Amino acid sequence: MNHYSYIALIPLLPLATFVILGLFGRKYFKTFSGTVGTLSLLASAVLSLITAYQYFLVDGPVNGIYQKIIPLQYTWLQFSPNVSIDLGILLDPISVMMLVVVSFVSLMVHIFSLGYMKGEERFATYYAFLSLFTFSMLGLVISTNIFQIYMFWELVGVSSFLLIGFYFEKPSAVAASKKAFIVTRFADLGFLIGILILSFHAHTLDFNTLITRLTSVQSPEFINITSTSFLGMSVLTWGLTLVFIGGAGKSAMFPLHIWLPDAMEGPTPVSALIHAATMVVAGVYLVARLFPVFSMDAIALNIVTYVGLVSALIAAVIACTQTDIKRVLAYSTMSQIGYMMFALGVARQGGEEGLGYMGSMFHLFTHAFFKSLLFLGAGAVIHMVHSNDMKDMGGLRKLMPITHISFLIACLAISGIPPFAGFFSKEEILLASFNANKLVYGVALFTSGLTAFYMFRLYYNIFWSKAAHVHEPHHGEGTWSMKLPLIILAIMAVIAGFIPFAHFVTSDGALLETPINYLFSVAPVLLAVAGIGLATVLYKSQNGKPDAVAVGLGGFYKAAYHKFYIDELYLFITKKVIFNLIGRPAAWFDKNIVDGTMNVIATLTAKLSVAIKGFQSGKVQNYALYFFGGIAVLAVLFIYIWK
Amino acid sequence: MNEVPLTHILFVSTALFFTGMYGLFTRRNMITMLMAVELILNSVNINFVAFNKYLYPDKLDGVFFTIFIITIAAAEAAVAIAIIINLYRSHHSIDVEDAGELKF
Amino acid sequence: MSASTIIFYIISAFMLIAGAVAVTARKIFRAAIGLLFSLVGIAGLYFWMEVNFIAAVQIIVYVGGIVVLIIFSIFLTQKSGEEMPKPIKSRKIFSILAVVLGFAFTCSLISLQTFKVNTNAFNVEVAEIGNQMLSTTEHGFVLPFEAVSILLLAAMIGCIVIAIKSKPETK
Repeated sequence: MNHYSYIALIPLLPLATFVILGLFGRKYFKTFSGTVGTLSLLASAVLSLITAYQYFLVDGPVNGIYQKIIPLQYTWLQFSPNVSIDLGILLDPISVMMLVVVSFVSLMVHIFSLGYMKGEERFATYYAFLSLFTFSMLGLVISTNIFQIYMFWELVGVSSFLLIGFYFEKPSAVAASKKAFIVTRFADLGFLIGILILSFHAHTLDFNTLITRLTSVQSPEFINITSTSFLGMSVLTWGLTLVFIGGAGKSAMFPLHIWLPDAMEGPTPVSALIHAATMVVAGVYLVARLFPVFSMDAIALNIVTYVGLVSALIAAVIACTQTDIKRVLAYSTMSQIGYMMFALGVARQGGEEGLGYMGSMFHLFTHAFFKSLLFLGAGAVIHMVHSNDMKDMGGLRKLMPITHISFLIACLAISGIPPFAGFFSKEEILLASFNANKLVYGVALFTSGLTAFYMFRLYYNIFWSKAAHVHEPHHGEGTWSMKLPLIILAIMAVIAGFIPFAHFVTSDGALLETPINYLFSVAPVLLAVAGIGLATVLYKSQNGKPDAVAVGLGGFYKAAYHKFYIDELYLFITKKVIFNLIGRPAAWFDKNIVDGTMNVIATLTAKLSVAIKGFQSGKVQNYALYFFGGIAVLAVLFIYIWK
Repeated sequence: MNEVPLTHILFVSTALFFTGMYGLFTRRNMITMLMAVELILNSVNINFVAFNKYLYPDKLDGVFFTIFIITIAAAEAAVAIAIIINLYRSHHSIDVEDAGELKF
Repeated sequence: MSASTIIFYIISAFMLIAGAVAVTARKIFRAAIGLLFSLVGIAGLYFWMEVNFIAAVQIIVYVGGIVVLIIFSIFLTQKSGEEMPKPIKSRKIFSILAVVLGFAFTCSLISLQTFKVNTNAFNVEVAEIGNQMLSTTEHGFVLPFEAVSILLLAAMIGCIVIAIKSKPETK
């Protein structure tokens, strides 16, 4: 096991880069900081691949089950003999997979940013923040201890805040970063309470111990936690639901999704890294990590399922109406994560029933590649056109061939067209939901059709639609640093589907055979093709049909365009209810009563002191009278009263 | 002589003492305050002599105390007049209310 | 009620009235004269108590020295014929209150005491006083005597230093 100790370098290299670039980058490294960041991340990515190779292929499964290995553990805070906050590294199939995903996508984003952020004044700061984020995310996925994951959770939130608000001169960026941080922080409150509930009942904070204790039906902790109930649900349900609320906030599930579209104010590579491939899947990762405990409680899993499903559907509907290309991609992310969530929700622990778990993780893996590819491609387009809006784009396929091809590959992948990666992962999810719950299957199927539609709507509006009229096509498509990641990610989007994922990552660690069910795949593929066809008809060349459809749908279209007015609802509640009913009275109380008391005391003291000051009048005879008065009082006191 | 009880003499000297004290509290002129102080000192002298005569006629301690007090009172009066003259030069008044620099 | 008792009360009344004049007179010269008569009355009391030496010293030093000094200083510092300002009412009331209270308190204390009166004869020979003043034995007062002489010297020098006029600045 000690031959895994190099794994400590994987998060620590980006941390060191953050410190160095943060302190010295501006003055000493300047534009070289990009190279520094990229090199350190290259090292991390290579080490992650070596780890994956070592874990999956060299060490392999023991008795058919992949072992959970803890190469490093260090006790940090000991609360009691049982409960302590440890910092350690946990290796199991999903954490190794996440190591590979996070470091690889982060490397691609680092390379892309060399070209995209060129000329930016705060170049070194940008790379420092990127390294901080990578460190936090890597730390999150290898956590052994639920508190360690919470710490890195918050760190990831902070890095996201810093990166969304990178262009801090723009008030919209500042507002967006605040919104992201506040919404996720609010969700983390639920997370913290959930942690406390679960760890209190399991008497431990360590993941492995917690899972073992809360999943065996005879263990005293399990009996205790399921027999105590609060407001009708057992404490286990409450704990798991609260933990899921934390995950839902970070993963932008309905109704805590409001921060994700606004987070597109950050630079596009940041959106590719954080809000597409890595940070937003942290919630899914959390549920997957605690999956054995979740599978003991049907109510919690139902909540996960329906929240995921609703998010997937609503996001897909909204994405059909948006015109800002980054916002379309943001809602698309929300929709795909919804898929991952409900896939986890319909799964159960072990064997065939764990298909949803495997499908969710597989989709996470493939989605990271094609979504980051989509964002980076969008970044290249924005770099060329200097605008985010679809109306300013069109006919770019001649001007940006490589971007065009890779974007097309990604769109095909996300729509679930074989043989691209998305087909395989989506098929597993649909199969799992078909086996578990027909309603979920139906909605998922409809949503995948919608996915194909809005993705190709986006594709056609950028690359076909009308003739190109770019203002200054002086810098062509972009430097090699912007093209190379697109090519690499496009290759991954093609071949990643062929990895026999079920041999590596399953709910209980054992191997699962998943042959392709051709008959079953007909329905989703047909629906996807129909979506693509509809999009072609409406958007391939410029015509009046989309506007006619919009008018025809009337009020529903309007509501979807305004994102179902959820932002307005939140604003209303915050301003009218919380500020007016709670905030203002509290402020009044503080200013008038608390401060008022202090002021009164101070004024009284001042008045008293002025009065006493008057005794020193400078008149000697007054002093003599006071003197005599004092003597008289003392004399009477000592002679008559205290004998 | 001995038909006047000691307490009567003490009453008299106490009355003189408090008369002097009234003058000390009330008079605004520094010289009149000095006069009141002299009255106080003299009342104390009477006390010493009375005690000596009535309680310890064999010894002369009270008499000596009185002699010394008279001496010292003289010296003190001289010094006090010197101070008053000095103060008069700077304030051009010997009203004790005008020397109020110790006011806050 | 023998003659000496009556004489005592007359002398006491004279002394107290003169003292009251000294502290309440509006014109400063009258206060000074009131003081003079009060001191003479005290001397008379000493004579009645048969301490002739003290009485003599009192007249010489107090009446002939201090009162004269006071009168000279009155001449030096102000127009002695004018009326002095009255004290403010509140101070007068408080002072009277304090004085009356103090007097009552002290008298009550005194009357509670029982004094063991020794009725031996009280002989104050001047020679005796002189001898004791300069003797170094148990009841000798040579040390206080020397100390007081130094005090007088110091007082004299001090007065001159305090009251001296500073030299005018030479250009």
